[in-house]
Amino acid sequence: MKMMSGAAMVVEALKDVGVTHVFGYPGGAVLDIYDALFAQDDVKHVLVRHEQAAAHMADGYARSTGKTGTVLVTSGPGATNTITGIATAYMDSIPMVVLSGQVPSMHIGEDAFQETDMVGCSRPIVKHSFLVKRAVDIPEAIAKAYYIANTGRPGPVVVDLPKDLVNVADEHPYVFPNDVSMRSYNPTEKGHPKQIKKAVSALLKAQRPVLYVGGGAVACEASSRVIELAEKLHAPVTCTLMGLGAMPGTHKQFIGMLGMHGTLEANKTMHNADCIIALGARFDDRVTNNVDKFCPHADIIHVDIDPASISKTVNAHIPVVGSVDKVLDQIHEQLVNQDLTAQQEKLADWWQQIEQWRARTCLNFEQGEEVIKPQRVIQALYKHTNGEAYVSSDVGQHQMFAALYYPYDKPRQWINSGGLGTMGFGLPAAMGVQFAHPKATSVVVTGDGSIQMNIQELSTCLQYNLPIKIISLNNRALGMVRQWQDMIYKGRHSHSYMDSMPDFVKLAEAYGHVGIKVDKLEDLDAAMEKCFSYTDRLVFMDIAIDQNEHVYPMQIKYGAMDDMRLSKTERT
Amino acid sequence: MKRIISVLMENAPGALSRIVGAFSQRGYNVDSLCVAPTDDESLSRLTIVTHGDDKVIEQITKQVNKLIDVLKVVDLTEGAHIERELMLIKVATRTESVRAEVKRNADIFRGVILDVNANNYTIELTGTTDKLDAFATTMGQCAEIIESSRTGVCGLARGERALRP
Repeated sequence: MKMMSGAAMVVEALKDVGVTHVFGYPGGAVLDIYDALFAQDDVKHVLVRHEQAAAHMADGYARSTGKTGTVLVTSGPGATNTITGIATAYMDSIPMVVLSGQVPSMHIGEDAFQETDMVGCSRPIVKHSFLVKRAVDIPEAIAKAYYIANTGRPGPVVVDLPKDLVNVADEHPYVFPNDVSMRSYNPTEKGHPKQIKKAVSALLKAQRPVLYVGGGAVACEASSRVIELAEKLHAPVTCTLMGLGAMPGTHKQFIGMLGMHGTLEANKTMHNADCIIALGARFDDRVTNNVDKFCPHADIIHVDIDPASISKTVNAHIPVVGSVDKVLDQIHEQLVNQDLTAQQEKLADWWQQIEQWRARTCLNFEQGEEVIKPQRVIQALYKHTNGEAYVSSDVGQHQMFAALYYPYDKPRQWINSGGLGTMGFGLPAAMGVQFAHPKATSVVVTGDGSIQMNIQELSTCLQYNLPIKIISLNNRALGMVRQWQDMIYKGRHSHSYMDSMPDFVKLAEAYGHVGIKVDKLEDLDAAMEKCFSYTDRLVFMDIAIDQNEHVYPMQIKYGAMDDMRLSKTERT
Repeated sequence: MKRIISVLMENAPGALSRIVGAFSQRGYNVDSLCVAPTDDESLSRLTIVTHGDDKVIEQITKQVNKLIDVLKVVDLTEGAHIERELMLIKVATRTESVRAEVKRNADIFRGVILDVNANNYTIELTGTTDKLDAFATTMGQCAEIIESSRTGVCGLARGERALRP
């Protein structure tokens, strides 16, 4: 039996669960753990500039790999700074473990220096949390944390470690548990056979089916099975903002993203469908619009690993609790004996209808001759990255443009804060992606508002030579806020613009990176080419875009899914 | 509609706060709450009385079930069940006639007088929530209520059904 300090146990346990990167920031309560980290090379530590960014980096690492991201922070402000990052991961079901230092056990509750009740603070936004009470319990707590974070419906787990437990001077026996099964936690992975049968029969009966694919399909690597089902049934597929990439964006059966800023064809298809199979999607308000008017003709099959997601907002006719990959395997087993040759002919009318909606080309925009349209920038980005980049987005108009105008062919390629909508997410997330995939092209699509919410990480990028490409759509305003103010508040732009923008090119240069400013359409492609020619440098592209552009299509509030504005003047 | 939800959970620090947190976080009502370790000390059993329509109750049971510390959740009101609540009530008994009336009513409700002082009686009463409500009303009519404390409902399913790990 190995004897070691609590601090060494933390690092040893991280090695035993296979952690490669820890994103963190040192401080009083975790100095012992940092000392243990210093003594080894297996677990790489990334020193961030702000703890929120550490959480987003771990998140980007997790989203792009499927592996659990790890954060290490000190007590008090170090821990509370991660709260937004934890909430972001929680809302999107991203596996993450946050190791937070805590004041020594005997001082807990005394309002000691840098004390906060981290387990309490984070309680509503974690899947689970541990306040470790004894040093010998450290390996088990860490093993359980990683097990919980990345099984069932994934999510963030906090492990709070009082300083006296990790004291480098005290040694304890280290035993890493072989088995972490818990009597109170057994996620259901396989669907109930009876429900599978019902689902299959509903799918085969359907005249107007649609696959509605969400982040759950990405989380359990079910992409190939989704494509297989779509092709077998010859059914159209729409993805949520979180599901983009689970069905290739260039696949002919893919009809675009659905929801508030979904395509006309996706929302029309949903609204008119007679059978919807939801695969790891949760019918959230940014998809359904008014639930009372939601898809009135459809039998709804809802496949989700989290029973609480089923019939939460929209009633499911055929609920199937299970992970999307396992359930699709079961569905495929049932389909093997079915003759599906007539499917294509059966759905011919349905496709004819869908093609009519598609023919309205709802994503068309008028570029004009001078002012650059944001959509045009995303199209250029697609072209210059061959559609193969990891695209991490911030939150706002640029996020929707990046979702709509860059067809993602692979899952995990599109990284964004969908549920919480966290501005400042993009840059650190792209850094996490780059750490996980050093050779890949990691791009941030951001705006002048979002990028300033974690701009300090440009310094971290320099320290670790991360050749990230930042595509900043600069409209000198908080675009999405401004759009809503235009539409709902009679154009009164209350605090949605900034008249003291920094010179982003100089700012990038001050951090030791390359800055490129683009304000003419004719320069866009050349600048983009130049940007991607810097294979070993971070490039910040500050692109001046049309301030008055709105994101369309857009659902009309309180309407059905397919009640939409298609431009400033047209509606369905 | 009133529902009695019974929860079997790990007797671990923080488990209770997670359950209570889930209720407040999602805007569910807590009418009463009763919790203690079971015969197996590693487990706690919690009984929560809440109200809401079927959809809300379904969400409550699912959300509570989702918590890592929770082993089992059952809605006792779905089937035949037994429920009990305990109340301690202290009433002013300054005159002979009030004392007599309080004693008489306590007997009728099968309450037990636990503490007797010059100026007050403390009575223990066990029963359903309705019975306790009725007794409190009766006491309020015949004497001045000084204070009262109730445990909240605890309950078990009738017959073979049981909440076991």
